[in-house]
Amino acid sequence: MKELVVISGKGGTGKTSIAASLISLAGRVVAADCDVDAANLHLVIKHEVRKSTPFQGGSKAVIDPALCVSCGKCQELCRFDAISNHDSGFRVDKFACEGCGVCAYFCPEGAVTLHDEKGGEWFLSDTATGPMVHARLAAGGENSGKLVTIVRNEAKKVASAGGFETIIVDGAPGIGCPVIASITGADAVLIVTEPTLSGAHDMERVLELAGHFGVRALLAVNRYDINSEIASQISEYAASHGVPVAGMIRYDPDVTRAQMNGISVVEYSDGPAATDIRLLSEAVTEYLGLEEK
Amino acid sequence: MRIAVASGKGGTGKTTVAVNLAVTAARVGLRASYVDCDVEEPNGHIYLKPETGLSLPVAVEVPEVDQSLCTACGKCSKICRFRAIAVLADRAMTFPELCHGCGGCFLVCPVDALKRERRLAGRVETGVSKIASDGDDRADSSGNEDITFVQGILNVREAMPLPVIREVKKHIPDRDIVIVDCPPGNSCPMVESVRGADRVILVTEPTPFGLNDLEIALETVREMDIPVDIVMNRCDPGGGPGLERPGVIARIPESRETAQIGSRGGIVSLESKEFAGIMKGILEKILRSGRGAT
Repeated sequence: MKELVVISGKGGTGKTSIAASLISLAGRVVAADCDVDAANLHLVIKHEVRKSTPFQGGSKAVIDPALCVSCGKCQELCRFDAISNHDSGFRVDKFACEGCGVCAYFCPEGAVTLHDEKGGEWFLSDTATGPMVHARLAAGGENSGKLVTIVRNEAKKVASAGGFETIIVDGAPGIGCPVIASITGADAVLIVTEPTLSGAHDMERVLELAGHFGVRALLAVNRYDINSEIASQISEYAASHGVPVAGMIRYDPDVTRAQMNGISVVEYSDGPAATDIRLLSEAVTEYLGLEEK
Repeated sequence: MRIAVASGKGGTGKTTVAVNLAVTAARVGLRASYVDCDVEEPNGHIYLKPETGLSLPVAVEVPEVDQSLCTACGKCSKICRFRAIAVLADRAMTFPELCHGCGGCFLVCPVDALKRERRLAGRVETGVSKIASDGDDRADSSGNEDITFVQGILNVREAMPLPVIREVKKHIPDRDIVIVDCPPGNSCPMVESVRGADRVILVTEPTPFGLNDLEIALETVREMDIPVDIVMNRCDPGGGPGLERPGVIARIPESRETAQIGSRGGIVSLESKEFAGIMKGILEKILRSGRGAT
């Protein structure tokens, strides 16, 4: 079984549109959406939810004003500046609280308790090409890395149960915990970048991350014709770091039109982007040593 | 006044709007500051090209076990809710990369077996950008065009951006207007970046992805009880979903020219009069409603 994770560093470079197309072209594949706090893959893959499961989020401290004697111990110990003193007494800012529980542990009156926050849920769905595992983190939620790990593990489970050879994962932007949770142990990452100075800068950082975790990286430059000069600089950078450029994709308004229609661009059109993504898909398949089933 | 520019979906033009708002504010004579809280992928510096000032390391205080003192009582592992300490057989082991730095373990260890070590998480940089003085049609020449600049940079391989974001916020200078560029998404890094702002601008695009993520971001910001405005970027003149939704204070047209200026790190409002006008409109609306609110 091979697992490919599509990531980007910078957001909005076309990760999800490309992942959806690769999934559609793969024929028989398990799809997974690990961009759990802004999940979009399900918007361009027709699916039916078969099962949904709640996800336990983090916890937050709550002070019971009836028990609090305003000694200030909790505020003194909190490293996250989450506790403040108001006219009405000590209060926890739940947006700053990390749920460490130090305040609850040391409160001499037992006035502080930890309460579970809504975490979100994850879904197992059926699509034309196979199962899809996706999730929704609660607004402002925590533990996104944990939810990503659940999504990946469930994808692996359904893949081995159903005899699937390939898992294609739509990852999150950035380089922090959800991205690390998405790529560790994967067979390869496909980094989708764009020919802008921001795209190039972010690609370098995410490439370093993949290198650190020993995950093989491939590169695709999306909308390369927006700035061909920067696109060539990115390709040269990739070449000098031993990263194969698996695809160069032209700017094409059909990508947005496909999104409006709720399908991937390769299903929607035979335009420039769809043509280039088909070539990308062949290159990725070859690099990964995948046999089409 | 502190304005957080956030988005839900990535790549909708957050940084473009944030940078251009800071430049626009500076050019109308406000003392402006730009603060990059997108510490995983900070990009504002590419446009503002600041002269660098301070570069300060950000460290998280993590425990290290002195095995000669540890009695393996298990208290540290019990208080740690992040599984950064485990007691196996007769010794405590730490996993510093999981540590949030809450300090609980130090407080409960009865034999002082935990030493305070530091895990480097990233750094905070400060500086000054003179970019707003570029161009020939300056509206103001009071010498206020300098934009004070602060950014956080998360070390590659470090999972937790929050300590760096918190440190960046400690360096926010006292200025007439502070623009905070936030990370994409709707989870804890976005929440911490937005927290403390007087107003939030959510930048999105009129596509199914953009609108889906906008709704989640709106829910997050409303829960935090901060007033919010919406800027729609890349609007097709032919129309599109969501353009007329309530709360939209500006529509930026789709433009290949704008995209190209941005791609090479240019400040669009210094090169396009139309774009400069839109930014000025956003700034005026925000200043007006900010005043109305207080």
